[in-house]
Amino acid sequence: MRNMRGDAMRGLAVFISDIRNCKSREAELRRINKELTNIRQRFRADKTLDGYQKKKYVCKLLFIFLLGHDIDFGYMEAVNLLSSNKYTEKQIGYLFISVIMNSSTEMKQLIIQNIRNDIQSRNPIFINLALQCVANIGDKEMATAFTHEIPRLLTSGDTIDPVKQSAALCLLRLHRTSPESLQLNTEWTARIIHLLNDQHLGVATAAVSLIDALVKRSPDEYKGCVNLAVSRLSRIVTSSYTDFQDYTYYFVPAPWLCVKLLRLLQNYPPPDDPSVRSRLNECLDTILNKAQEPLKSKKVQHSNARNAVLFEAINLIIHMDCESSLLVRACNQLGQFLQNRETNLRYLALESMCLLATSEFSHEAVKKHQETVINALKSERDVSVRQRAVDLLYAMCDRSNAEDIVQEMLTYLETADYTIREEMVLKIAILSEKYAVDYKWYLDIMLKLIRIAGDFVSEEVWYRVIQVVVNRSDVQSYAAKIAFEALQAPACHENMIKVAGYILGEYGNLIALDLRSTPMIQFDLLHSKYHLCSPTTRSLLLSTYMKFINLFPEIKQHIQDVLRHDSNYRSSDVEIQQRAIEYLRLSEICSPTVLATVLEIMPPYPEKQSPLLVRLKQKKPLMEAENNSEPSVTTTTTHTEDVPKFAETAIHLNQQQQQQQQQNGLLVSFDTIESNTHFGESTSYSLPSTITTTETTIQSSKKFLFKNSDIIFENDLLQIGIKGEATKHILRVEFYYGNKTNFNLTNISTNITLLDELESELRLNLEPIKPTIDPKAQIKQSGTIECLQEFRDLPKINFSFL
Amino acid sequence: MIRFILIQNRAGKTRLAKWFMNFHDDEKQKLIEEVHALVTVRDAKHTNFVEFRNFKIVYRRYAGLYFCICVDVNDNNLAYLEAIHNFVEVLNEFFHNVCELDLVFNFYKVYSVVDEMFLAGEIRETSQIKVLKQLTTLTSLE
Repeated sequence: MRNMRGDAMRGLAVFISDIRNCKSREAELRRINKELTNIRQRFRADKTLDGYQKKKYVCKLLFIFLLGHDIDFGYMEAVNLLSSNKYTEKQIGYLFISVIMNSSTEMKQLIIQNIRNDIQSRNPIFINLALQCVANIGDKEMATAFTHEIPRLLTSGDTIDPVKQSAALCLLRLHRTSPESLQLNTEWTARIIHLLNDQHLGVATAAVSLIDALVKRSPDEYKGCVNLAVSRLSRIVTSSYTDFQDYTYYFVPAPWLCVKLLRLLQNYPPPDDPSVRSRLNECLDTILNKAQEPLKSKKVQHSNARNAVLFEAINLIIHMDCESSLLVRACNQLGQFLQNRETNLRYLALESMCLLATSEFSHEAVKKHQETVINALKSERDVSVRQRAVDLLYAMCDRSNAEDIVQEMLTYLETADYTIREEMVLKIAILSEKYAVDYKWYLDIMLKLIRIAGDFVSEEVWYRVIQVVVNRSDVQSYAAKIAFEALQAPACHENMIKVAGYILGEYGNLIALDLRSTPMIQFDLLHSKYHLCSPTTRSLLLSTYMKFINLFPEIKQHIQDVLRHDSNYRSSDVEIQQRAIEYLRLSEICSPTVLATVLEIMPPYPEKQSPLLVRLKQKKPLMEAENNSEPSVTTTTTHTEDVPKFAETAIHLNQQQQQQQQQNGLLVSFDTIESNTHFGESTSYSLPSTITTTETTIQSSKKFLFKNSDIIFENDLLQIGIKGEATKHILRVEFYYGNKTNFNLTNISTNITLLDELESELRLNLEPIKPTIDPKAQIKQSGTIECLQEFRDLPKINFSFL
Repeated sequence: MIRFILIQNRAGKTRLAKWFMNFHDDEKQKLIEEVHALVTVRDAKHTNFVEFRNFKIVYRRYAGLYFCICVDVNDNNLAYLEAIHNFVEVLNEFFHNVCELDLVFNFYKVYSVVDEMFLAGEIRETSQIKVLKQLTTLTSLE
């Protein structure tokens, strides 16, 4: 379009040319600054500028802004342009505001007033400009200001179509930015829904987007849209392409409207009404049929438009998940696309098939394409397509094809893109565990995984391997054997050393009788890798060595020498030093029986949600296929929850307990592991009148050398703890008495006796204690204990209740 | 929904940036650079869709210009790919064989075209005939 009168803005064109002709950034900057100065002057000049000039300068400012420079003036002039009655001036004004002033609060009210004026004008072009502005920068204030006018505009019979289109999307914007300010009451609902039937397809197209958002907020209120959507869709899909002249795109009738309607229907379950349902199914059938017809045009636009509708229809079919014939047909159609010349189609087919794989109706049909998918994995040149192939293999994996699929994934992993390796490792680990019939196979796969992609094997993965081995006694010797063999490789990944180190530490004895893997050989093999490892790994290996001392007394000396070696005994790494010293001491002072108890074999882990699944979901929060195929599990995290239903009391994460104790305001929460095992039983106890302290478990007092607070007594009825803080010779102490039963403990009295010498060595000063403890509650008694002289014995507490 | 529309040339100059959600100015600059880097390394063997942060970009190259639409992950790829083409055909008609310079010198008019076809992050009008008719009317105004 050549410029018509009044719109020439020669000055702007010259300015743009000047900028383009600048040879350097400095020159450009100079030119811009020159112009900015000029514009500032013109704006400040006494005589007011005419509309054309204002428009031109505001437009220049806009151009400068779009080049990347800040503009901090001209706002007033832009807003002034809004009140012009010339379209071109208004347009520039609105544009400047939308682009530059979209977040500023100054003049907001003025802008809103101008918008209101334009909306109320009779000029549809002005109304449109105003609505577009609101749709571009609408916010809370605008929502409040126009909460009545715009819906009225949208649903009024007087409004012309283009204005309705803009009004619908305007409402959408306001609804998205501040739904509370925009109170769409139910009087509008029916009329908005009715827009689906509007003769003007553009209005319908815009309205569907609005309705989609409103449906998501209140599905029940808008459920009337389903019928209308189905019938509209049906009419379009069964029409001939000559019916919708203006809206036919490369021989496809209203493709975008169809896509939007199909998406709208995905907000609801399959229609209840049988006639609506069958109409919808016919519709979907027709779309699938049309996909089989020969292409009406060689242009890619035609097939893209047709396939856009097809893929959305398939999404709806998957969403409804009820018509097996449709699902199978969809699957077959996608199967054809898997080998299409166009990369786009292959990509989309793989993606959609992933969703189909999780539906029970189509899972089998999807599996038929296994070989094609595996070929795609090997031959596709776009990495994102290969990635979809991996996702699909993961989704279609079940007992029947697990071995093949895991093998293919492992092979692919060797050459896979680094960005996807971690995810692949997780997937392989999950699949091989889930479908392992023979856990020896599982172990082989996992060790191979560590060998191929050790860097991407996260901790959760190899922890899981250990957990599986620990829990399954039938594979423990196999595990030891292959761990040993794996270590013999000349270059061993550190994760492999960790796994093998742990396994040999626990189960090395199972292969010790074989001459090729005697204890000494095992130890030498591990130790040969020792110096190559990071401190964390070395710490783990030290624990293994300790376990070896227990398992293989014949090499005890040898190991002790290693522990005594300066690099460990005086290691600069605190953990290594501590372990070396402590393990050495342990090996020196413990009798064999005690050692055997301390270093007893690990008990089985309780079954919880696989941490690998948790990690996978973290990596791919948007993949929904996984959620469907895994059994629904509770969301307990891996090793931090203390769940009362634990049968085992041995917990390998001791630090978790202590943290919890110190964090709680109460001394010791009732949810610690020790107390839980007795929880169930405490309700049936009848209360004896007194209990003496000596008869039941007393926790060692030595632990108070390391901790400030802990339980000092516990049985089925009560728990006594102490928390102390010492400054100089005064210990501020709090005694906590916890009632573990379901009954009140009454007539509480506590008496701390200082026998003999203690009387002169310690001075106690304690508050009186409450006489009752409620069921499952704690009471606190604070006070001080003063140390007057050195003391040796311990005070005694006498606690009695009814 | 559409998050933003970008038209960039191979050198990285932005010829149009239309934002449908609120980003800060420096964020916008970062996004523009990232999209450019992402899209210019791809060739014919790649798909026209690429993951981008927690969205996706649907793009197509026309001569020296990349037209990119950033949409949500669950949006229909082919529909937006053709929406781009639809838009380009309108620009072509409106500017009589559009070239990059047309977009430079008439940048404020390009926004008008965009606003006719896309609004509030959704497709507003798809009929080329209707859009062009409206644009002709607007161009004739003072």
